Amino acid sequence: MSEWAADPSYETFVLNMGPQHPATHGALRVKLRMDGEYIVEAEPVLGYIHRMHEKMGENRTYLQFMPNTGRLDYLSALSYNHGYVSAVERAAGITVPERAEYLRVITVELNRISSHLLWVGAFVLDLGGFTPLLYAMDDREQILDLLERVTGSRLTYCYFRFGGLYNDVDDDFEAGARAIVKRMRDKLPMYHNLISKNIILRQRLEGVGPITGEMCRKYGATGPVARGSGIPYDVRRHEPYSVYPELDFDIPVYEQGDSMARYLVRMDEIEQSLRIIEQGLDKMPDGPVMAEKVPKIIKPPKGDYYFAVEAARGSFGVRLVSDGTNTPYRLKLRSPCFSNVSLFGEAARGMLLADAVAMFGSLDLVIPDIDR
Amino acid sequence: MAELPEIFRVMAYVGGIMAFVGLNAAFLVWMERKVAGHIQRRIGPKEVGPFGILQSLADGIKLMSKQLVVPAKADPILYRVAPALTMITAVMVFVVIPFGPALVARDINIGLLLIFAIASVNVLALLIGGWGSNNKYSVISATRAVSQNVAYEVPMLITVVTMVMIVGSMNLNEIVGQQGNLLQWYIFPWNGSILLPVAFVIFFICSLAETNRAPFDLGEAESELVAGFHTEYGGMGFGLFFLGEYGHVFVGCALASILFLGGWQCPFGWMPGVHWMMIKTYLLIFVVMWIRWTYPRTTLYGLLNLSWKVMVPFSLAVLLVTAAMLKVF
Amino acid sequence: MSGYFKEIFDGGKSLLVGLGITFKQMIQPVVTERYPRTAPKMPPRYRGHIDLVRDEEGNNKCIACGMCQRNCPTGCITIKGEKPEGAKKKVLTFYRLDFTTCSLCGICVESCPTDALEFSKEYNLAGYSAGDFVFDLLKRCEERRR
Repeated sequence: MSEWAADPSYETFVLNMGPQHPATHGALRVKLRMDGEYIVEAEPVLGYIHRMHEKMGENRTYLQFMPNTGRLDYLSALSYNHGYVSAVERAAGITVPERAEYLRVITVELNRISSHLLWVGAFVLDLGGFTPLLYAMDDREQILDLLERVTGSRLTYCYFRFGGLYNDVDDDFEAGARAIVKRMRDKLPMYHNLISKNIILRQRLEGVGPITGEMCRKYGATGPVARGSGIPYDVRRHEPYSVYPELDFDIPVYEQGDSMARYLVRMDEIEQSLRIIEQGLDKMPDGPVMAEKVPKIIKPPKGDYYFAVEAARGSFGVRLVSDGTNTPYRLKLRSPCFSNVSLFGEAARGMLLADAVAMFGSLDLVIPDIDR
Repeated sequence: MAELPEIFRVMAYVGGIMAFVGLNAAFLVWMERKVAGHIQRRIGPKEVGPFGILQSLADGIKLMSKQLVVPAKADPILYRVAPALTMITAVMVFVVIPFGPALVARDINIGLLLIFAIASVNVLALLIGGWGSNNKYSVISATRAVSQNVAYEVPMLITVVTMVMIVGSMNLNEIVGQQGNLLQWYIFPWNGSILLPVAFVIFFICSLAETNRAPFDLGEAESELVAGFHTEYGGMGFGLFFLGEYGHVFVGCALASILFLGGWQCPFGWMPGVHWMMIKTYLLIFVVMWIRWTYPRTTLYGLLNLSWKVMVPFSLAVLLVTAAMLKVF
Repeated sequence: MSGYFKEIFDGGKSLLVGLGITFKQMIQPVVTERYPRTAPKMPPRYRGHIDLVRDEEGNNKCIACGMCQRNCPTGCITIKGEKPEGAKKKVLTFYRLDFTTCSLCGICVESCPTDALEFSKEYNLAGYSAGDFVFDLLKRCEERRR
């Protein structure tokens, strides 16, 4: 607390935003010290849904931990599956057939679009507009239907396996994915007209909640939050994995660092994901989707391994310490939302409550991912 | 009805208006949900009654059967007075609204003034309701509602003054009487002042803000302030706020149609009556709902900027231009 | 000054465009799936809770090896098997799935050496107590035979 705020004649009050509050989208509590409608101090209080995923990892075999990864960030479960599977594959030295990698990338990008769509809707809902949420849900529904046909599940997919995929896609998948690409390309101008160009929204977002690149570095923020602040960091480009080096896509970066920049980064990312899906479908070879020599019980050699992927909300890293047995010695999950929420306290200082809600929404936090 | 003794007349109108406010709110809730549903490509209510029209009745029964809980540290008097006050103001403004040529409870010559005098009390209800519930969110919401209402009453009244200048009367029936057909409506620029369409837009936006409707629903601000001033109200306390809000929405749209769209007059000159008033008002209410389900909420500062930097200068311009034109022609 | 009017004009235009979009959406047909009235069709790969596969004679293919029980991350499967006198293989006598802790990951189905497990297509699961979700799969298998 700064000195003037410690002055006893300076009256403030504490406002608890959460654990149950419409804007926190989950069991997160933000302790706000308010001066009228201005925020003097903001402190996110974490841990309301801590489920010890990392400890659970130490007590389960490598395969048994698979379902857990989808429950961290349930909106981009496939990215998390991808990160964990790839980490174990790197540790155990399993090579994955090319078709499987392509399918992984295509499904992950579909999942990224669905995650961003839900975010757009929820974000505008935070700002008081209800209708875009339903439009976004309608588009997301098509993606979920497609993924359900492939993986058998709509949210916690658990589709990848060490060495490949659970099963190959059906014959309709390519047509379905192309239909979604077309549908989204047609729909994106509608979103821009309804949301991005709306004067009310622009007034609420432009210049509101500035986050500098320096702050992102300090708190380790990644993903659209960092890219909205002018840091062109994307794991897919800077630590290439899977088949991303073979695909042509841009990393949208905006310099302003305000809520609008973060919003636009995500909207542009939807477009880039569509491009990736299209190229992936074109380039996808035939062949098996499962490596041939995958041991039944995975026992990676002793060592320390790390693998990071670009999830919808930023860099998701898995650090695996193996002692040569069939369970990890230590499993550390680096979740993007934890880093992103950490900078809220500093960024929200001096903001209006309404603007803070807008900025909070623009960080795109998934609470189970913060608490793990 | 003029030949009835005064006391019966008053009682008939009180009963009629109370019933109308209740039914109107029930219908508007259903309409709002249907409009919202179809804008969002959903169906809206459909289970209770044909097209779900009895849904609001079921909701009303539910609200009425709920226990009235007063929060432990709330101000017991203010907390109870607020919902009643908002309902009272909503009912009272109906007194001077001419639904038809003879269908008006009190045909008084300062009708327009009376409406604004009473409707302004509504903000007091929001203030004491928010203050009395002893909830931080409610207090923030109440202060927001007050500053919003103060800011928007200024341009709204300037516009109304413009209209009074053109018509030369504050009697609502007389204002309607002068707009015999479509061409004589005061929304058109050839009826007195070239800036009349602007005046209509200003009046409409201001009445949105006055009635706390989206995109100016800062008082409720669901995602920031949970539910604003009625966070702590349950059951019929909340129900009365709700009824009051819809009553005010109706009055706002009815006034817009009286001042600018010819009230109960038919656009083509045949069969003037209460049905035209209803059609026009509900069309305007539809627009209000359409707006609500399209836009996100403004911020308090955006709203005040809009009022003081855009609405007030424009309404003053309308006033000056109108005065000059009335003097010249 | 011209910037002031331009801002108002552009802002007003963006608002009208928004109204136009929602109106266009309003007159389009609804996309609601009227769930209890029309039941959704589950895709072939839909992962419901597990069931025992029946072969042509209607018997289960389980050899009671216990792979599913051992591989289940949440330990929601309990099986018992015994070797009848003179038989070569073990026979399943008890298969309980505690669906309250199941995470529908499908590892049991995958690890089964005889493909004796499949996903059911049931999604309409609701009950009054946790006990309603403890399924005896062997009994379910018998019931389906009838």
